Amino acid sequence: MPPTLPPAIDKTTDPATTLARIANNSSVMVGGFGSPGTPFTLLAALLQRAPHGLTVIKNDANEQGIGVSTLMEAGCARRFVVSHMGLNSAVIEMMNQGELEVEMHPQGLLAEKIRAAGAGLTGILTDIGLDTILREKRQTMEFQGQTCIVEPSLRADAALIHAARADRWGNLVFEKTARNFNPLMATAADLVIVEALEIVDIGELDPDHIHLPGAFVDHVVPADTTLSDYGVLKHHVAQT
Amino acid sequence: MSPKHKIAKRAARELQNGQVVNLGIGLPTLLLNHTPEDLEIFVHSENGVLGMGPRCPACQAHPALIDSGGDYIAVRSGAAFFDSALSFALVRGGRLDVAVLGALEVAENGDLANWIIPGKFAPGIGGGMELAQKARRVIVTTTHTTRSGAPKLLRSCTLPVTAKACVHRIITELAVLDPTPQGLLLRELAHGVRPEDVLDKTEARVILPEDDPPRF
Repeated sequence: MPPTLPPAIDKTTDPATTLARIANNSSVMVGGFGSPGTPFTLLAALLQRAPHGLTVIKNDANEQGIGVSTLMEAGCARRFVVSHMGLNSAVIEMMNQGELEVEMHPQGLLAEKIRAAGAGLTGILTDIGLDTILREKRQTMEFQGQTCIVEPSLRADAALIHAARADRWGNLVFEKTARNFNPLMATAADLVIVEALEIVDIGELDPDHIHLPGAFVDHVVPADTTLSDYGVLKHHVAQT
Repeated sequence: MSPKHKIAKRAARELQNGQVVNLGIGLPTLLLNHTPEDLEIFVHSENGVLGMGPRCPACQAHPALIDSGGDYIAVRSGAAFFDSALSFALVRGGRLDVAVLGALEVAENGDLANWIIPGKFAPGIGGGMELAQKARRVIVTTTHTTRSGAPKLLRSCTLPVTAKACVHRIITELAVLDPTPQGLLLRELAHGVRPEDVLDKTEARVILPEDDPPRF
C-alpha cells in the first residue's frame, strides 16, 4: 500500500478567503497572455474587495471590460508593470491621463526578471534595448568587455495563477498558450493563489506531465467556469 | 491583389524549409496565406507556441489557443507549447532564423522604428525589441509610404528605434530593398513600377542595379 498523505495537505479553499490576504498597496502578479491563462475567477473576487493602491504586474492589459482591465478601470491599481497593452485603449488612456503609472519592459525581459526572482537571483544582465531610449532609465555596467543593462529581478507580494488542472497539493498542469507567464509568476511571489479548471486528488496527475510542482503553491481555488470570460472572444475568430 | 497581399506574397518567398520563423502582428501574419503547401517551417508565436498554423474559424477556436495578437489559431503537427521565458530563450538564444516585422520607419542602414510615436502612440514594447535585435534575419514588410504618402524609408529614423542596423531586407508593394551602409540596394521591382517611382517615394538613398532588376 502506498502511504496516504494526511488531509492537512489540502490547499483547496474558496476565492473570498484567500483574496482577503491581499492587502491594499501590495504588488500582485497576474498570469495570462491576452485571455488564455488569465485568472478570471480570482480577478473577479479581488475586484469585489475593491482594493486600492495595487501594483499590478501582467504581460498585457487584457481588453477593456475583461480580466485585469476591470481592476484598472475601477481604480484599484496605482501602478502597472507590463509589456504591451495594444488591445486596450481604455488603459492606454489612463496612462496618458496620468491616472496610472506604467512601467514597460520588453516581453522576454519581463518574463526573465520574474524567472530570476523565482530562482532567487538578484538581477540579470542583458544587451536588449542598449541602442534604444530604454537605456536612459536603466543602470548599465561593463561586464566581460561588454556594456550591459542591469535589470533587477521582479518579485511580488502575491501571484494570481490560472491552471487547467491542479491536485490538492498544488501540482499544476497548464494548457496550450494558457501557460505563458503562469509557471514563472508562481515561483516569484510570497503568496501564490491558483485557480484551476479541474481539481483532482494527489496521484491523479502524471508526474512526468506536471509543469509546476505544488511546493510553489499556497492555495488552490476552483475556477468558476460559468464566467463568459473563459469562452472564445468572437471578435478574434477568423471570418470565413 | 491588395498592396498588403502583394507584399505578403513576395515576402512568403523568403521562407525556406526547416526555418524557425516569427511573424509579427498584422501584415506579416498574412504570409501564411501565401506559403506553399509543402513548405515545412515552424512558426513561433511569443505567447508560447512553436508550430502555429493559420487563424481558425469559430467552430475550431479553442479558448486557450491564440497567437500573440490575440487571434485564435490552429497548430500544425509537431507543434509545442512552452512558457514565456522559454519563448524568449528561443529568440535571444539565437534559434530564431527569421523575424518578419512591420515598421513605422526604416533607415537606409537598417535601423528599425516600430514601437513608439512619443506623445501619440505607445501601446508597449512587446516582443518586438528582442525579435529585431536577435533574429538571425529580419525582414520588414511595410507599405512604401504612410497613409498620407510620407516616405517610411529614410536616411535615418526620426522616431525612437526598436533596434539599430537590424533589418536585412525590406519588402514593399513597390520594391525589394536591402539596407547597406551606403543606402538601400534595389533588389527587385514590382510589375509596372519604374525605378524612378521608387526614388520619388523614398527619402533614403537608393542604389540602383546596373541591369534591370527582377520583377515580382
